[in-house]
Amino acid sequence: MNIRKILDTVRKPFAKGEKFEKYAPAVNAFDTFLFVPNHTTKHGAHIRDAVDLKRTMITVIIALLPALLYGIYNTGFQYYSQLGSAFTTLDAVIHGSAKIVPMIAVSYIVGLAIEFAFAIFRGHEVNEGYLVTGLLIPMIMPIDIPLWMVGLSVAFAVLIGKEAFGGTGMNILNPALTARAFAFFAYPTYMSGNKVWVSEASNVDGVSGETILGMLASGESTIPYDVSQMFYGAIPGSIAETSTLMVLIGAFILIFTGVGSWRIMLGSILGAALTGLLFNLWGANELMNFSWFNHLIVGGFAFGVVFMATDPVSAAQTTKGKWIYGILVGLFCILIRVFNPAYPEGVMLAILLMNVFAPTIDHYVIESNITKRLNRKLKSNLNVA
Amino acid sequence: MSKNKVLLTDPLDDNNPITVQVLGICSALAITVQLKAAIVMSLSVIAVMAASNVIISILRDLIPNRIRIIVQLVVVASMVVLVDQVLRAYAYDVSKELSIFIGLIITNCIVMGRLEAFALGNGVWRSFLDGVGNAFGYAWILILVAFFRELLGSGKLLGIQAIPDFIYEMGYVDNGLMLLSPMALITVGLIIWVQRSRNRKLIEQG
Repeated sequence: MNIRKILDTVRKPFAKGEKFEKYAPAVNAFDTFLFVPNHTTKHGAHIRDAVDLKRTMITVIIALLPALLYGIYNTGFQYYSQLGSAFTTLDAVIHGSAKIVPMIAVSYIVGLAIEFAFAIFRGHEVNEGYLVTGLLIPMIMPIDIPLWMVGLSVAFAVLIGKEAFGGTGMNILNPALTARAFAFFAYPTYMSGNKVWVSEASNVDGVSGETILGMLASGESTIPYDVSQMFYGAIPGSIAETSTLMVLIGAFILIFTGVGSWRIMLGSILGAALTGLLFNLWGANELMNFSWFNHLIVGGFAFGVVFMATDPVSAAQTTKGKWIYGILVGLFCILIRVFNPAYPEGVMLAILLMNVFAPTIDHYVIESNITKRLNRKLKSNLNVA
Repeated sequence: MSKNKVLLTDPLDDNNPITVQVLGICSALAITVQLKAAIVMSLSVIAVMAASNVIISILRDLIPNRIRIIVQLVVVASMVVLVDQVLRAYAYDVSKELSIFIGLIITNCIVMGRLEAFALGNGVWRSFLDGVGNAFGYAWILILVAFFRELLGSGKLLGIQAIPDFIYEMGYVDNGLMLLSPMALITVGLIIWVQRSRNRKLIEQG
């Protein structure tokens, strides 16, 4: 079997001047998914590199896998341990898969359908940005969210968050977080509270399925989890964000391959740690008393910072801008957590807020650079004179 | 005759005050949660715009140029008070619901904009048509937005349940975001998107 030959036969009726030319983007998308595209840039200066958007996106997918696999296990683990029944790892994985695989399928089907429709309608190639978004969206949802809500959030994120601005690469906000924010404000009872984080918790009485941040926000001071549980992720939360360890593995893959910006990640951690430390000194409520280190490993902070704040489209682009952007994401995340009990998890809103400000940050970084260099030029001219 | 007809039809699409000129957005966001409020608001704006356009057009040669804005304001304010009194007399509940927003018609940019841009320089009949046309252009967008927001946000239309029970039993839930103002902005944005893709001449040449 030669995949190249099969693809060529399939593509034939879609070629230029043939019957289905209009639908070419749909097949081309599968073609470039399997093979490196063979067209090259013909004009102007360009960088020669083996990496293209598709390889970049697939690297992110690989980096997401540890968190996803742990999320699948943790879903089953939370379910069985809350029920108090005996179970094996396999049981947990089966339960988790049965819940999560349909969500991923819905996310990809809805999102790709819209992407393909727009590609054909607008006559451009299908952009691969959705490969990552489509996996991220189910990973940051609560486990019990109905599938149609996932589909609707995906549709909103792709249509309003992305296509309305001109498609992949033009979006102001991170599409995955746009989907989550939509679901969060549209269906608050399905997105927060103490019933949504453990699968089927609403059917079982006496389940303590509240997230750690949720408990703190409602004023409880004793947390039934220790630091190692928070770090490894055996706690309730959105599907794949609970394990800081798995997120760190993903972060190393992103940094090692150069796909994710370490400046943004480090900046956010610094910002959050410093803000957390300051609040520790203040200590006016439970969330302020919560140690700054624990702030970094609970909730979606680690996941959001590694996989969503670093989104190359919506983040700041300049080197200095990335530091500022990252630090502010960390700062706002802790601020929102501490000051607004209605939003115990602040990282989603912090990143969306900074997405909006990223172009402004870049603008001022570039402007200050221009002024600096102009001044240097003026000074050296004066010296010569 | 056809020139007069354009005054009525142009603001409905090609020169819509909300979707093309992006005026009067504030009230489009504030009172489109319920269809009923939007309809009453639309009727009030139609009445105010028609009447004040006519009055300013009659007075247009008497108004000293320097104080024209104040005169316009006085006329619009009187019309708004009149509408408010009528609503209180005949539709007290709705008037209580809309309370401050009827008063705020004075600040609606469309009203002053049409007085300034049209009624000051045109005859009475043409000014009347222009006022009614622009008010209808405002009204149909307002009612369309309110239709979607009430239907999707609370499952009702004009306060009557519009989404049948069996759909709720299948697991459907009302969309809380629709009740918040950002969604009004997004709905208006979607209308603009649809309008521009149908009406290519609205797209600015870059």
